[in-house]
Amino acid sequence: MSDVKVRLVNVVKEFPSQEKSGQTRAVDGISFDIYDGEFFAMLGPSGCGKTTTLRMIAGFEQPTSGEIILDGVPMQGVPAFQRPVNTVFQDYVLFPHMTVLQNVMFGLQMAKVPQAEARRRAQDALDLVRLPKVAERKPRELSGGQQQRVALARALVNRPSVLLLDEPLGALDLKLRREMQVELKAMQTELGITFVYVTHDQEEALTMADRIAVMAGGHVLQIGTPSAIYETPNSRFVADFIGETNFLEAQLVRRQGAEGIVALDDDTQVRVALPERGISDDQLVTLAIRPERLVIQPYNSAPPLPDGWEEVVGHVGQVQYIGTDMRYYVRIGGHHVRVRAQNATAATAHLIREREVVRLRWQRDNARLLIQ
Amino acid sequence: MALWLRGLVRGRGYALLSVPAVVWLVLFFIAPVIIVLGISFMSRGTGGLPVLPLTLDNYSRTFNVFGGVIGQSVRFALITTIVCLLLGYPMAYFIKTRRTRWAKGVALFLVVLPFWTNLLIRTYAWRFLLAREGLINSLLLELRLIDAPIQILNTEFAVILGLVYGMLPFMVLPIYASMERFDFRYIEAAQDLGAGAWAAFWRVLLPMTLPGVIAGCVLVFVPSIGSYVTPDLLGGNRGLMIATLLASQLTGSGNMPQGAAISMVLLAMIVVPLAVYVWTGRKEGQRG
Repeated sequence: MSDVKVRLVNVVKEFPSQEKSGQTRAVDGISFDIYDGEFFAMLGPSGCGKTTTLRMIAGFEQPTSGEIILDGVPMQGVPAFQRPVNTVFQDYVLFPHMTVLQNVMFGLQMAKVPQAEARRRAQDALDLVRLPKVAERKPRELSGGQQQRVALARALVNRPSVLLLDEPLGALDLKLRREMQVELKAMQTELGITFVYVTHDQEEALTMADRIAVMAGGHVLQIGTPSAIYETPNSRFVADFIGETNFLEAQLVRRQGAEGIVALDDDTQVRVALPERGISDDQLVTLAIRPERLVIQPYNSAPPLPDGWEEVVGHVGQVQYIGTDMRYYVRIGGHHVRVRAQNATAATAHLIREREVVRLRWQRDNARLLIQ
Repeated sequence: MALWLRGLVRGRGYALLSVPAVVWLVLFFIAPVIIVLGISFMSRGTGGLPVLPLTLDNYSRTFNVFGGVIGQSVRFALITTIVCLLLGYPMAYFIKTRRTRWAKGVALFLVVLPFWTNLLIRTYAWRFLLAREGLINSLLLELRLIDAPIQILNTEFAVILGLVYGMLPFMVLPIYASMERFDFRYIEAAQDLGAGAWAAFWRVLLPMTLPGVIAGCVLVFVPSIGSYVTPDLLGGNRGLMIATLLASQLTGSGNMPQGAAISMVLLAMIVVPLAVYVWTGRKEGQRG
């Protein structure tokens, strides 16, 4: 990971707003680098600016200000058809009046590749996406999953420097989506092409991407590897958007070096690592803990608390059996906490019952302090 | 739905519902065509009325004597269709690419606005504009672009101008309808694959709006070839077309069998492009 493939420098995109006065900022000054051969995901809720950013890289939109650099070349004023990128569109946008083969050959014909070679390469691309037998059919005769593959072949056949994917799996059902996630990732690894992937589905981003940019409100909130984003979210939004998180309002009582003691309520105090960013005494903070990182133990028969662990006492509300997991809703003071425990054996499933008093434990570095 | 009607639809009896339409078509369309077809093989009697014996002379005369007029009609209709297409396609594109609903509405309104006035009145208005002492000549003289009035009225140009003017909406509206269904993301997809504006037009926009183009061409060609008022009023004897010929054969002491033969030829020339249109439409339908 050395060469920068795509560089965004302070990119802003404004659209005329619905009310006649003024502009809406869809993208509000974002900067990041995407490296050669990387699977880069832009993840965020709808309206966060991810698709607009992708469209600016493709050349369908021009940035209001800022710079987009592809392979070291500033893209200012370079029209879409001259950029070394190809796009897999949401719901594919296959040309309905052309056969599958004609669709896949289109980009090669535009590049003036000789007909025989174009045909061979298009056929190869269809083989690559495992659709060797549909070349003479029209797109509408194919299933959604097959159309998705054609769209992929139509883009990949041009050997783009960067492949842009705009929610390409959004229209597929869950099972097919999971299959395609595996295939896409395998294909990207094999071809070594840089993928820029836009999605609102955190699972897609986590399973496929090398790095994720979490976006909201036209800003990039955090960029990092899937595990970095999941384990060390830098804001409540990121923690909440990616996976499930318990947020416990708390107050910093005192500090002890790099750690602090926070009070969850009058009786409950726990120790937690302080964030690098400065934090003042008595500041209101949020303690973030993932449900699956909490260990639930019966109050009376719990083993002794290991070193480096924290513990609070609570009352079990609802207990849900969901096959692979148990889900407990536990009340700690004024807080409601979700706990997830894997059903490693059938016996663990019914160990803890509703209205029981329990101990909730977690390893200290699994809890994070977020400044409000 | 009334009970008896539901029974009718459910049973084989729903075929009965088409009876009025079939009767209408047989009485007022098929039967007259057959009668005209029959007359076209008869001889001319006193006052131009048809009499026996049967003959093929009317058809040979249609091609030998009136072939020039028929050829001219086809030529006028073709030129009108092509000019309408070249003007109408960009107009439809212009309307489609207006951003606000309001701008689209105004543009469409302007396209159909001429229909609010009778064709005859509009054509007479053109005569005033194109005449030797008409508005256009006066203007050109005033601007000293010309020294003497130029002949516009009673030329082929005037006929084409009048036909294009009258037929343009029939070209614009079906193309616009096609274009309204067209999703401009297909253009983005083409550009993304390296197509410039020209390639995106020829390979994507035009093929995908072709049904509208074909419909527009048929809707312009068919009435053009049979038009009567426009060539007669704007073209004079330079604008002789089939309909004028027909009128002269069928009125006064004309030649009714001859007129019948000419109209059968005209009918054939209209049915062929229509058949092509229907056939391509069906092929498109089968794919979908």
